Amino acid sequence: MESIVFIVLSILAVASALVVILPVFRNAIVSALALALNLVCVAGFFFLLDAQFIGFLQVIVYAGAIMVLILFVLMLLNIHDERHLGPSGFFQRFLGPLLAVGFAAIIVSAALLPATGTSFDAAEEEFGTVNALGMDLFTRFFYPFEAISLLLVVAMIGAVLLAKRRL
Amino acid sequence: MKELLLSQPVFTLYTIALVVICLLTGVALMTWVERRLSGVIQFRWGPNRVGPMGLFQPVADGVKFFWKEDVIPRDAFAPVFVLAPALAMITALCAFAVIPFGPTIELLGRKIPLVILNVDGGILFALAATSLGVYGIVCAGWASNSKYSLMGGLRASAQMISYELALALAVIGVLLVSGTLRPVEIVAQQEGWFWNWNVFSGWQLLGFLIFLVAGYAETNRLPFDMPEAESELVAGYHTEYSSMKFSMFFMAEYVNMITSAALAVTLFLGGYHTGLPLAEWGLSGWPLWIIQILAFVAKVGFFMFLFVWVRWTLPRFRYDQLMALGWKRLFPVALANLMATAVLVALDLTGR
Repeated sequence: MESIVFIVLSILAVASALVVILPVFRNAIVSALALALNLVCVAGFFFLLDAQFIGFLQVIVYAGAIMVLILFVLMLLNIHDERHLGPSGFFQRFLGPLLAVGFAAIIVSAALLPATGTSFDAAEEEFGTVNALGMDLFTRFFYPFEAISLLLVVAMIGAVLLAKRRL
Repeated sequence: MKELLLSQPVFTLYTIALVVICLLTGVALMTWVERRLSGVIQFRWGPNRVGPMGLFQPVADGVKFFWKEDVIPRDAFAPVFVLAPALAMITALCAFAVIPFGPTIELLGRKIPLVILNVDGGILFALAATSLGVYGIVCAGWASNSKYSLMGGLRASAQMISYELALALAVIGVLLVSGTLRPVEIVAQQEGWFWNWNVFSGWQLLGFLIFLVAGYAETNRLPFDMPEAESELVAGYHTEYSSMKFSMFFMAEYVNMITSAALAVTLFLGGYHTGLPLAEWGLSGWPLWIIQILAFVAKVGFFMFLFVWVRWTLPRFRYDQLMALGWKRLFPVALANLMATAVLVALDLTGR
């Protein structure tokens, strides 16, 4: 059962990711919608791994809020056709494909090589629940967690400052 | 064969089928109730020709929708145009899955919890489903390739994101008080007298009001129905839709109304509990279950009545007023409510 769900999710995830970048529809909105589907698929993987809380947050934050904002902006700009834009610049033309091939090589080699030494303990019973995650966040990872909160506040203030010079 | 039909996954399927049928029947009934109530409020009759008191009007409407021509505009982006109503409907139906609409009953020698999905982050599931609900509207608005539809879709996305914040903050207040995200447990804590409900003993009256207002904005109901304001946008995001596709948007809106009412009942008003300690008075078994299910239906029904009442009482907001209310009023008040609740919980002043 689990493997069936995994295979279906994987196919959906890869297909939607391809729709995002491939020039099938040549349409920014379709790409954005495909990306939203992709994010929901990734949330599905989290559920398969028993990480419910992260899965829910993935859907609420990324698919439900951030992608909707991106869609909002795309619709406001009303971009219909991107036929004229090709890859440009040194980075996109040469470095991009090189990095992509390198990454693919790492992934494929990791999948083909036999598994080595390190094994992991089985996850605890509570794993992935809101309680367990909250406990970890506010005890073991308290300082990193607060540091990230601070970083987000700084980013928010920075964005407001950049957008609204004269308040 | 018999074993398969009585196995756990198949039983879950029965529950799902039951809930979907009940929801859609509720939607049909609600369209009739809304039109009759509107009639009462506006001192006219409303639909009273088809069947007794016009009760078969929804059936007539459904048949009519099926036989109407299904138009896809020439310049519409067909794949997304067709997908949009389905998206709206699916996400609307999904959100109801985590709501316990009755106690755990015993039937055919097995225990059946009257909730489809009893997971740890249940409330988050409902929030996730409703936050995906905006896609149906946005896709419809864009794919129609019409100015009015696009404006409706844009308004919907901005409005739903804005009010989701206040809604979520109001919900977090309840979560702080109950200490769990499992709707079944949240309801179980509110057993007994009605002052055990979260809205009273959890000091969540303010949170409840915020949830109610934000819920109206989330479901695009008057006075916040900016995405389909007919005096400005013809019919907003579903201007170009006809036949069953339009009907699906219509049904999705009503399902969303029922879900948000059911969520309000579950979180703040004791869920399926009647507010009287019936179990202590010696009531148990199926009479208790039936009374509790009826109590849940009655509470949801009251909120549905409220939806109609508010619709014909308050005029529609202007768009800037809507945004100002969401960001400058509701959001800070919800934050303050959350802080106050946190203090109450820290001082152990809530009845939990």
